[in-house]
Amino acid sequence: MQVTAPGRALLTGNAAAAWAARLARVDYVPAFPITPQTEIIETLSAWIDAGELDCRLVTMESEHAMVAAAGAAAVTGVRVFTATSSQGLLYALEMLYAVAGWRAPLVLVNVSRGLAAPITLEPDHNDVLAARDTGFLQIHCATCQEVLDSVLMAFRLAEDPRVRLPVIVNQDGFYLSFTREPVELPDPEAAAGFVGPFDPGTLRFRASAPLSQGVAVLGGGPYSYFRYEMHLAAQAALSVYDEIAAEFAATFGRRPPPVEAYRLEDADYAFYMTGSFATRAKEAVDCLRQAGWRIGLVRPRLLRPLPEARLRELLAGKKAVAVIDQNLSLGKGGVLYAELASALYGHRGAPLLVSFIGGLGGRDLPPEEFFAMAGVLKAAAHEGAAPPPRLLFTAEELEEVHRLRAIAGAERARLKESP
Amino acid sequence: MRDKKPSFPKPLPSTHLLGTGTPMCAGCGGLQVLHEIYDLLGPKTVFVNAAGCLTLLAVYPFTPFRGGWLYTAMAAAPAGAQGVRDALDILVRQGRLPPEENLEVVALTGDGAAYGMGLSATSSAIERGLDFLYLCYDNEGYGNTGQQYSEATPHAARTATSGGPRGFMGYKKDLFAIWAAHRPAYAATVAGAEMLDLARKAEKAKSLRGPRLILALAPCPTGWDFDPQDTVEIGRLAVKTGIWPLKEYVDGRVVHTKIPRPRLPVEEYLKRQGRFAHLFEPVRQEELLKEIQAQVDAYWARVES
Repeated sequence: MQVTAPGRALLTGNAAAAWAARLARVDYVPAFPITPQTEIIETLSAWIDAGELDCRLVTMESEHAMVAAAGAAAVTGVRVFTATSSQGLLYALEMLYAVAGWRAPLVLVNVSRGLAAPITLEPDHNDVLAARDTGFLQIHCATCQEVLDSVLMAFRLAEDPRVRLPVIVNQDGFYLSFTREPVELPDPEAAAGFVGPFDPGTLRFRASAPLSQGVAVLGGGPYSYFRYEMHLAAQAALSVYDEIAAEFAATFGRRPPPVEAYRLEDADYAFYMTGSFATRAKEAVDCLRQAGWRIGLVRPRLLRPLPEARLRELLAGKKAVAVIDQNLSLGKGGVLYAELASALYGHRGAPLLVSFIGGLGGRDLPPEEFFAMAGVLKAAAHEGAAPPPRLLFTAEELEEVHRLRAIAGAERARLKESP
Repeated sequence: MRDKKPSFPKPLPSTHLLGTGTPMCAGCGGLQVLHEIYDLLGPKTVFVNAAGCLTLLAVYPFTPFRGGWLYTAMAAAPAGAQGVRDALDILVRQGRLPPEENLEVVALTGDGAAYGMGLSATSSAIERGLDFLYLCYDNEGYGNTGQQYSEATPHAARTATSGGPRGFMGYKKDLFAIWAAHRPAYAATVAGAEMLDLARKAEKAKSLRGPRLILALAPCPTGWDFDPQDTVEIGRLAVKTGIWPLKEYVDGRVVHTKIPRPRLPVEEYLKRQGRFAHLFEPVRQEELLKEIQAQVDAYWARVES
């Protein structure tokens, strides 16, 4: 990839993530390959080998080890970036909790991919949502530009003395990771100035100032103290994010919001979703608006901390909201739906929420499904009651599964017959 | 193989770095070796710990260590050591950390992590040539949870999960050989009861760079069922009966640093511990005792041939 910052370039989401790490002048990248993330570490590795990036990249033997090394390096005093996907994020789950508890201010890009079983390569958000309660903050991206911008902002957020928590920046596998979009690459000096030098704060190892980190506690009192501290720090990240976003806008002219609101002002209805498929929702909103609908989109970029007050403000007075979950908490339903319901419950003007599950394992969300969902919203508002959650799936898709089975069955029968 | 006489050319340190008042059991063999080795390594160390008995040394807001400490997770100590080592190297190279502020990185784990859950991380850290010292206190079972059998438990030992008439049916994994097969900078077995041998090996390990192992037998009064005052004696008997060979791997060769002559019968070691009491009472399990003795005899026959 022959691109030199600054300027506009066609970049995949993975390249945008790698560029952001480079522009943030990361010191250390513990790595482990996994589809669809691998291009990020390959890109960084190539820059290091070419002498373009002064950074140490170490390929570990697993994501568990990778996150352990990442956290350990961050609390020793260097700026750390890492990336993974799917099974890798889950393999590292124990260490995600651990390094968040160490208050290790690192940035991890997760390239979302559905979880086994059945194993698949294509995206949904069950992987990153499994890390929801770890203490990592989460920023969910819808475009390659957002990936780059969010990683730069994530370093500021993670390293802020009022926060000091690791951050996951999430992008969808394939739809962003392998899709080239025009991306504005910031001037390297401006980016370095924005991110600033790494300040280890009180977390570092050195001979003259011994420090014990990650120590055990005895009893629920001290344990609760540290867990509450993390929770409050995560919540403090909301206002810190706004400060950082303002500075980002002043430097680069773009202001990635904590929650994106699209054509919402006079809307009666709204779609609510995260990730790259939200760009399809925007397209659907435009079409529906042309047909006379008053409808918009609400897309939280920050999932941890969840900007609940902002969500209430945006959605108060709407008639009904379609919550489209690209994830499934088996036996319960959509995670975003449950979270939004808890944020709105009992508040004046809370709209009806209608839950849809879609886009699992990269399953498409075509325009006609958005139109159908809008129809369901209108009927629900008319009746004053939400219908049961819907699992988006078409007769054709079911037919296709049956057809595949029939082919495999026929093939098996043919092999049995032939000598 | 040659028999090197254990010697240490200077007095052992008289000031002890590890603080007192820890919650370890009385007579803890793990604490004994940590005391001895820590004094030789000095305070410019950061211990990267995995889940085990010694995890409870540092309990908020107290620590017996003069240097650094990072608790990771049961499988992650070598990976944590990688992160700390790499970060220190980066800081020194960039001039952000004066060289005198640098630290020796020591992974500190029990046998549960070293022989089992953490072995993949260990193997990979050695393969990467990580500059670290791995100190394993081997009490031959999952001691912190009440001595269930681990991959380090010896044949016939009774544990909380091998309570049958023949005890543990498996055989102790040879972690030293696994390390040696990786061709590390150094690997050694030690016993807290053999302080001069231990001191020489700790100094040797300290003088080298790269992956280094000190594998310490850690007699465990609560897990092995003996009186805490006998920890040193049990350790001595482990060496004298040849059950715990003292050896080191350096420059591609394994050298035994103490060959027990005459070698005491294994019974002398076994009969002192409750975990082997079923070999003697209510009836002597002659066959099992012979098997254990034969294995030790065969080991030393290979060494001395």
